[in-house]
Amino acid sequence: MTIAVDIQKTVSAAGRSFTLQARFTSTSQRVVIYGASGAGKSMLLKALAGLLTPDQGRIELGGQCLYASAQGINLPPQRRQLAYLFQDYALFPHLNVRQNIAFGLHRGWRNPSATAAQETVRYWLQALELEPLAALLPHQLSGGQRQRVALARALAPAPRALLLDEPFAALDPALRQRMRAELDALQRQLAIPMLLITHDHEDVQAFGEHRLRMEQGRLIDSASGTTECAHEA
Amino acid sequence: MLANFLAEPAWTALALSLKVACWATLIDLVLGVGFGYLLARKRFPGRELLDAVLTLPMVMPPTVLGYYLLMLIGRHGPLGAWLQHNFGIQLIFTWQAAVIAAAVVAFPLVLKGARAAFEAVDTQLEQAASVLGLSPWAVFLRVTLPLAWRGVLGGTLLAFARSMGEFGATLMVAGSIAGKTQTLSIAVYEAVQAGQDDTANLLVMITSLVCIIVLVSANRLTPNRNPQG
Repeated sequence: MTIAVDIQKTVSAAGRSFTLQARFTSTSQRVVIYGASGAGKSMLLKALAGLLTPDQGRIELGGQCLYASAQGINLPPQRRQLAYLFQDYALFPHLNVRQNIAFGLHRGWRNPSATAAQETVRYWLQALELEPLAALLPHQLSGGQRQRVALARALAPAPRALLLDEPFAALDPALRQRMRAELDALQRQLAIPMLLITHDHEDVQAFGEHRLRMEQGRLIDSASGTTECAHEA
Repeated sequence: MLANFLAEPAWTALALSLKVACWATLIDLVLGVGFGYLLARKRFPGRELLDAVLTLPMVMPPTVLGYYLLMLIGRHGPLGAWLQHNFGIQLIFTWQAAVIAAAVVAFPLVLKGARAAFEAVDTQLEQAASVLGLSPWAVFLRVTLPLAWRGVLGGTLLAFARSMGEFGATLMVAGSIAGKTQTLSIAVYEAVQAGQDDTANLLVMITSLVCIIVLVSANRLTPNRNPQG
């Protein structure tokens, strides 16, 4: 799947302004964007997910235009079909593991029941060894378990790509190795394109098939030409 | 004492107070959740000014509020005249006017509680829900509201108690018509004025009891008592 990004966004707070400028194209299944904290990586990831609107530019994924200022296209997050793994997982504290995983499969105005048991939920509970924890609430889980639930929740609606924000930063070092191996295996098995942002060199080693460096809000990949949104959403 | 109680129009006053407080609270709940969410989540010019205006009833004397309401819904007020002209409805000196007075006076309590409760909900959870495919309405109903409802309900119960006790504004717009607009708190005043100490004692006890029950319930729902929300 091809991802093509060319965006710009300036934010100002308390008299200081920060400019994000990102231009890159990738056909890799594993893109890693690395840089120090405060380099604007999270902003970029949020812009890809539609949680933040750039000032101008284009974002294209697999031939679909997610955002194009020139044509006035800006798909809301709920229509981008992306998975987003938050740094501290953002599990819904009022819902148990099963409900968290089923969350994106129910699009209505009511939450899935505490005993939701459709095929997809069963599959993910099993795939990530979460069956014994299905009835527990997020605050009753360990760090590694929380990450597994967050992964299952993100992947259950069959997204087109997986965005990860510093996925291992909240874990202790011993657990990090194990969860890296799990994510590695999972990504290969699903063959889902993933884009990971990190400041950890080991993440780059483990997942960086296509590595891009971000510095002070700038990520300009010289190999990238300008992107054109051929198809509308 | 018991014979007195059953004979007195205290029951009528209590029933009227409960009816007025229930309606006022319901109106405040709907508006308080709406405005509380707006103030907690949306950025727009004049946001803090709106908050200040909506909070005014908490600091203004009820008589001043009553005067404003009279000017608005009175026979010659813009809203009052419009209702009279188009629907033949006269609000002033009816129990519905008491509902409006109580709703206005108690509104800031729901608003403050709701705004704080919505602000306490981590926006990242709402973002996670929208990335998972939920519309903004579904995010509100499935994530924001379930995580904020304790705070909202706490403020709502306080508003109910405040509505029960409302006196000044109610007296000005609804008057004190026994059996029609005479609420508990107004009946207390009338009883004391008329030197009916037994009636006053009874009414005071009923009012105190209802307020204590409501306050204890509100405290039980205070969010920081139960961090699991």
